[in-house]
Formats: sequence, C-alpha cells, structure tokens
Amino acid sequence: MSGARIVLAVENLSVSFDGFKAVNDLNLYVEQNELRVVIGPNGAGKTTLLDLICGRTRATEGSIKFKDMELTRMPEYERVRRGIGRKFQTPSIYENLTVLENLEVSYPRGRSVFGSLFFRRDQALLDRVKEVAELIYLDDRLDDAAELLSHGQKQWLEIGMLLMQDPELLMLDEPVAGMSVSERQKTAELLTRISNNRSVIVIEHDMEFVKSIAHRVTVLHQGKMLAEGSMDHVQADPRVIEVYLGH
Amino acid sequence: MTTPSVIETKPEAAPAWRAYVPLAVLAVFILAVLPLCLDLFRLNLVGKYLTYAFVAIGLVLCWGYGGILSLGQGVFFGLGGYAMAMFLKLEASDPESTKIQSTPGIPDFMDWNQITALPALWQPFHSFAFTLFAIVAVPGLLAFVIGLAMFKRRVGGVYFAIMTQAFAAMLSILIIGQQGYTGGVNGITDLKTLLGWDIRTDHAKYVLYFLNAGLLLGAVLLGQIVLKTKFGKLLLALRDKEERVRFSGYDVAAFKVFIFTFAAMLSAVGGAMFTLQVGFMSPSFVGIVPSIEMVIFTAVGGRLSLVGAVYGSLAVNFGKSYFSESFPQLWLFLMGGLFIAVVMLFPNGLAGLGENISGWVKQWRGRQARQLPARGASRAATPPTDEPAAPNALRAKGGAA
Amino acid sequence: MDGMSFSEFGSVLIMQGFNGLSYFSVLLLMALGLAIIFGQMGVINMAHGEFLTIGAYTTYLLSVWSASYAPWFENYYFIAAIVVGFGVAFVIGYLVEWLMIRHLYKRPLDSLLATWGLSLIMQQTFRSTFGPKEVSATLPAWLMGSYSPKEGLDIPLNGLFVMGLTLLLTCSVAAIMFYSRWGLRVRATTQNRAMAGAVGIDTAKIDRLTFALGCGIAGVAGAAFTTIGSTGPTSGSLYIVDTFLVVVFGGAQSLLGTIASAFSIAQTNSTLEFFMTGSTAKVITLATIIGILMLRPEGLFRLRVRK
Repeated sequence: MSGARIVLAVENLSVSFDGFKAVNDLNLYVEQNELRVVIGPNGAGKTTLLDLICGRTRATEGSIKFKDMELTRMPEYERVRRGIGRKFQTPSIYENLTVLENLEVSYPRGRSVFGSLFFRRDQALLDRVKEVAELIYLDDRLDDAAELLSHGQKQWLEIGMLLMQDPELLMLDEPVAGMSVSERQKTAELLTRISNNRSVIVIEHDMEFVKSIAHRVTVLHQGKMLAEGSMDHVQADPRVIEVYLGH
Repeated sequence: MTTPSVIETKPEAAPAWRAYVPLAVLAVFILAVLPLCLDLFRLNLVGKYLTYAFVAIGLVLCWGYGGILSLGQGVFFGLGGYAMAMFLKLEASDPESTKIQSTPGIPDFMDWNQITALPALWQPFHSFAFTLFAIVAVPGLLAFVIGLAMFKRRVGGVYFAIMTQAFAAMLSILIIGQQGYTGGVNGITDLKTLLGWDIRTDHAKYVLYFLNAGLLLGAVLLGQIVLKTKFGKLLLALRDKEERVRFSGYDVAAFKVFIFTFAAMLSAVGGAMFTLQVGFMSPSFVGIVPSIEMVIFTAVGGRLSLVGAVYGSLAVNFGKSYFSESFPQLWLFLMGGLFIAVVMLFPNGLAGLGENISGWVKQWRGRQARQLPARGASRAATPPTDEPAAPNALRAKGGAA
Repeated sequence: MDGMSFSEFGSVLIMQGFNGLSYFSVLLLMALGLAIIFGQMGVINMAHGEFLTIGAYTTYLLSVWSASYAPWFENYYFIAAIVVGFGVAFVIGYLVEWLMIRHLYKRPLDSLLATWGLSLIMQQTFRSTFGPKEVSATLPAWLMGSYSPKEGLDIPLNGLFVMGLTLLLTCSVAAIMFYSRWGLRVRATTQNRAMAGAVGIDTAKIDRLTFALGCGIAGVAGAAFTTIGSTGPTSGSLYIVDTFLVVVFGGAQSLLGTIASAFSIAQTNSTLEFFMTGSTAKVITLATIIGILMLRPEGLFRLRVRK
C-alpha cells in the first residue's frame, strides 16, 4: 500500500492527565481506504487516542494532521465537518427519535442554528437515508423509536448516523461489543463494505473479528506503539504476546 | 425503488393539525371563556398571570427541551418591564403634571432623591420606537452575552443555574440600591398613559388583556413551530446526548445560546405587558425568589408542554392568591410542597397528567392505540410538539435533569 | 477620611478586615458544608441556609432557656449551643436525606428545585414557630467587648472567637476526611461509587451521614452567626447565594479552593463596603465573581481527569 495517500498523520502525540501520560509520544499514519485496527490491553490509550483525534480530549503535545489540516486547535464540530466520524463505546444514539430521525439529524446539511430552523426534508435526504439504512440492516425499522432496537442494532444505527455524514475517516470504538456471533459477522461485512472509499480506524478486542477485517493492525501499550503490521505479523511478535495476547 | 409506505409518508400517523388542538382550546379559553365569566378585576389578574406565562413558555423551550435551567428569568422579565415603565413614566412626567416638583419634567422619585436632571440612561426612552426595541434588544443582548460566555465554555447544569441566580441577585440589589435612577424598592409607579391613551380605564384594560393574550398565543404558536423543525429535534437530542450532537457536526453552544436568548426575549415581552396591564414595575419581579417561582409555573404545567406552561402559570397563581388570602401561613408550605411534588412525583406536570388521563380513557375504551407498541412508541418518541410530554422523554432523560 | 492619621487609617482597615473575617468565617462554614454535600453527592442543597437558621434558633433557645432556668449556665451556654446546634442540624439533615435527597442523586437540577421547596417549608416553619420578627441570643459576657492591642484598634472578641471556631472546625473536617477510616470511605464513595459498594461500603449510609455532616456544619455556622447578627426566618437566605458562589468559585473538589474563595469573596465585600454603600459593594463583588467565573468557569482550582 505504499504510495497511497496518507489521510491521518499523528506525530509525537501526548496527553497527560495530572501527570499520568495516557498517550505518550505516539506516531501513527493511516492511509486512504485503509482499515486499521488498534488493539492493546486496557489502559493502553486506545480510546484516548480516538478522543484526541476527534477532539473530545485536548492533546498536551504533538500534532494531528488530517488531510494536511492541523486538528489540535479545532473544536469538535469543526473536525466532524471536515470529515471525521466517531463512534463511541456505548451506543450513543437519540433514544427519543425514530431511526429515520436519527439518520436525518446526522445529515450534513442544516447544521447551523438557522439552517436547522428552516431545514426541509427533501427527496435527496430520504434517498440517502434509505441507502444508509440498507447498509446497516435497518431499512425495515425506519419508523421505530431508536430505544426499541436491540443493542447490536443500536451499534449499527450509530454507524449509520456516521455514514450519513459521509466521513473520510471513520473511527469505531469496540463496534461489536455485546453482539451475537451472527451480528458480528454482519458487522464485519458492513465494515469491509464501507471501508471501500474511506479510511477506518477500529478499536477491538475480539481477535477473530480483527482478523476478518483488518488491513493493518497497530498494537498500543502504555500510550506508545508496541508493534504494527499485518495481523499475522503482529500476532507472532513476542512483545505483543507477552503484553497482550498471552501464550 | 423506495418503499412508499416507509419513506414518502411522514412518521407522524396523526394529521399535522392535531398537534394544534390544545392551542386552539387554550385560545378559546383565554379569549372567550375567561373574559365572559370573569369580572374585570379578576380578568386583569388573569392578564397578569398570563404575562408570567411568557416566561414559563421560554423555560419550556430552554429548560424542558434544551436542558438549560435558568433561575434568573426574572432578570429578563424585569428588564423588559422596566423599559416599558421608563417610557410610560417619562410620558407621565411631562412638565405640566410635575410642575409642583422642584425639578419639573422628571419622574417624581428622582425629584425625591434630589436629582435635578434626567439621567442619560433615561433619555432615549422618550421614544416609543426605541422603547419597543429596547424591550427585546437589551435582555436579548444580555442573554446572548451570558449564553456565549457560559455555553462556549461548556458550563451547564447546576453551575449555570447558580450563575443565573447570582445575576438575578445582582440586578435586584442594583435596582434597589440605585433609588434615584430606578425608583428603588418601590419601583416605577403611577403610570398613566401610553402615547396619550389612558391605560387605567376599564376599556383600556380589556384591550390590553386581549393584546396580551393574543401575543401569548402567538408566542406559543411560534414555539410549537420551532419545535417541529429540525432545530426542535436537535434541542431534545442535545438535552440528552449533548456529546453525540456535537460529534454529528453541530455547534452545540450556538444552539444553546439561541434558545436561551429566545427565552429571554419572550420573558421580556411578558415583563413589558405586565407593566402595561398592572401599571407599575418593581424589583420584586427581578430577584431570585420570583425567578424560581417562574420555574415552578413551567414545572407544574409540564416542562415539555408549551400550552401546559400557560395553564401552569394560571393554576399556580390562582392558588397563590386564593391561599394567601385565606390561609397565608399555609401558602408557603403548599408552594414548598409543590416544588417537591413536581420534582419527585409529577415530573410531567399537568400535561403529563392530561396524557395519563387520556391514556386511561383510551385503555378503558379498548382502543388500538395501546396495543401496537412499535407504533405507539414511535408516536410518543417523535418530539412532542405540544402533545403532553411523552413519559419516555423524561424518563430517558433521567439524570440529565 | 480627613483628619485621620496614617496609623488610624491602618487601624480602620484592620477592623474592617476583621468585620470581613466574621463574615468570612460564617461563609466558610457554610461553604464547607455545601461543598461536602455537593462534592460527595452532586446534590445542590438550596435549603442549606435554613440549616444555618436551625443552628441560630437553637442558640437563641438555649440562651433564653438558660436565662430563665439556669442562670449559672449563662456563661457556658454558648459552647453547648454550638454542640447542640450541630446536633439538631445533623439530625434534621439525616432525616431530610432519608426522606427526600436520596431519591435525587444524579439529578442535580431536580435536587435544586426540590431543596428550594424544602427551604420554603422550613422558612415558614420558623415563621410559624418563632414569629416573623428577628430575635437575638444574648452574647455571653466573655464574648463581649474587644481586644485592644493598640490605641484605636478594637478587635471584637466575638469575631475572634468565631474565627477560631471556624479554624478548629475546618481543621477537624480536613482531618476526618483525610486521616480517618470514615473519611476514607467517604472519599472512596465519591470517586467510585460502584466499586465502593462492591467492596462492602454502605454507600447509602455514607451519603446520609455526609449530608447530615454538611448540615451539621451549617448548624455551627448558625451558632456563630448569632454573634454577628440577629436571627429571623429568612436569615439563611442572606448567605445562600454567596455560599454557592464560594463553592463554584473555589471548585467544589478542593478544600483549599473553598477556603481561598470564601476569604477573597468576604474580604472583597467588606473592603468595598468601606468605600461605598452596602448595596454597591455587593453588586460589585457579585459582578466580579461572575465576571471571573465567566472567564474561568472551573473556578480557582481545577482537576484534570479523563472524563
């Protein structure tokens, strides 16, 4: 994949909470259309890394460049508008709205105060909603309140909401946590499909799942990168086995 | 191709006009029923209560839907009221009527405080156009600045509420302390005419009542329209899942600033109408205690219901005047109890009670509505326009209160 | 200010400063109680002022009782009043938590409104029991008068006493919080409720005791308050907004922050009062606090944690 455009360049990134360095001088490069999986033991800094990229946490040092734009000073909503989508560990959807409305609200139009006041639901929006709903296996549930969906479906809905934004970088934090085996399979298919024309970073613990989707894997440990490469390469790395995978 | 049943029809199964029925009922109630049943004195009282309802409506929008609890709406009510009072006072203080003062041509309280010239702050209020502008612009601007400073820095919830209390305290102390400029603790009284038209006559009181009621109904309608838009859905969304809204690319602070400013301007209109109908304005409507009382009107009515907020204002104030007359000692106990009850037992207020009752009625009649959970739930889940608060909405909110 | 020598002016400033210190002491005691409650449970107790009033009325009652029935006790009743005031406020706080507050955790805005309702009820109870007029406890003889280290410099004894009491209580609270087993359990519950419960800490009991402790401290503030003012049904509301601001300004997490912010707010107010009318001083103090908070909402001290 060399020669491919680098979409995300994290360099010397550090964040310190009261002296504790959750992410410590980290370098990470993600290419266009790559599906990168980040693994590592708890406390390694995986979620913090996503927090830093999407803006939920401010870095204390280092730089994050997305499509050659420096992100570290940008507010969250600005980063989203530039093309970054973040899915949270626990499904973060609007329980009181229907599936249709959840997706509609994520449509990247009418995002300003006045834009949203005068926003009209048009056919283009509805078509897009239908398109995304099909991708996330929820096209028959559009009128249902989001709170009625199963846990797995809520995860899909959240992914769908991000897809509505058409992000160039999609970041998913444990997308299959709490899912059944068949749901995981469907999610793996979903992820492979959607990474066709965008970059995806996934944090996961389920090694089988990781194997089925990853182009490349990055292993984090104590805020630093421990190993990086294909799944096979990483699984064979003795340091990774020591720290995370076990014997 | 697209599945017609799902995409082309709107998710609300009920016809759109259904949502405006409660407003129509309210309109009939305050425009026809009350004026016909009550004598002018009581009607004037109702008019007064309806001015509080402006504040209550604002709170439905910014608190019920936006999750922003402001305990200082009295500030905006007062600013609007004082603006109107200043204009009316200047009109009533023309050199002819005040010729017995040591300095004719200025308000009486200034004379009593040995002020000899009209302060610069008062000068622009000679103009009615400016006054009208100031009624909404000054509170609006203040709310905008406060909102910007607070919400941009993610100050919300309890801290914000306490800050608004501090503002309310500050403004009321300021007004009371600056007797010469503001009339002090007595406020601005003895207002007579508006552009030559005597506001103290019976005829005037009727006209003002209907004007007030009309404006109020207009405000409710405007609120309902706003809530139906994507903006309204977003408000509800950001009350419960502020982060998700932010990460969907919305500048959450901007939304909060907008709704807070809007609520402030509504309160200010209420304040101005109060001055016109009651004939004075004083700092007793500005401080902490009145501001928190205005919250109870909203809470009693149902904090997700605009129409409910109006009923809530009427109910609590009727209760207050009834009990203060007959059982003055009891009233504060009752009001305290009301606060507690509304928080712990009836978070949906009257509106929620209304929905419970209509739900029981439907159940008793064995209607379809309760049997299809998906359909029923999706109806309840579409952000209540002015339908009484879906219990789900508040339960799901849970801790965000 | 004419005709005053430099040292006289200095004396005036010091005395004004001590006025501020009495106010500071009461404010600090109140803020301590509130910070404990808010920091521990996220509950905003709008009735906190009324617990001060409980302490004040208790002191008044003891004063009256000892004057009528036990004149020999008159000189010592005040010490008893502090303890009893704490106790009464503690017990009532315990009951209130059990009846109402425990249903309102994690719902700070709701607890705000509910406790406001409680404060109305309590105020009316005071009014119905003691009447709307203000009452005063008689100051014991050893608290009257002043300490005059220098000609023209009179430091009121009651002010010194109140300050001493506050210092003692603050240190005791700090000691309990940071050095006792019970304090450890309280801090554990604050930081990780689920885990604390899982290791067998009775979090409900801890919460109840903490709330009661906060209220008890307010009761002591009430006893102290009787030395600087008379007591009426709404005495508590004089302090409540300032107390909230102290807690917010100082950052509810930090004891030092609370002390620093109570000190600065009280002193700013008193110093300004010397130069201008009471209401203007108040307005400027409030405006300054609000202004600072608008620029720096996290208060004076800030803890950086991963959310």
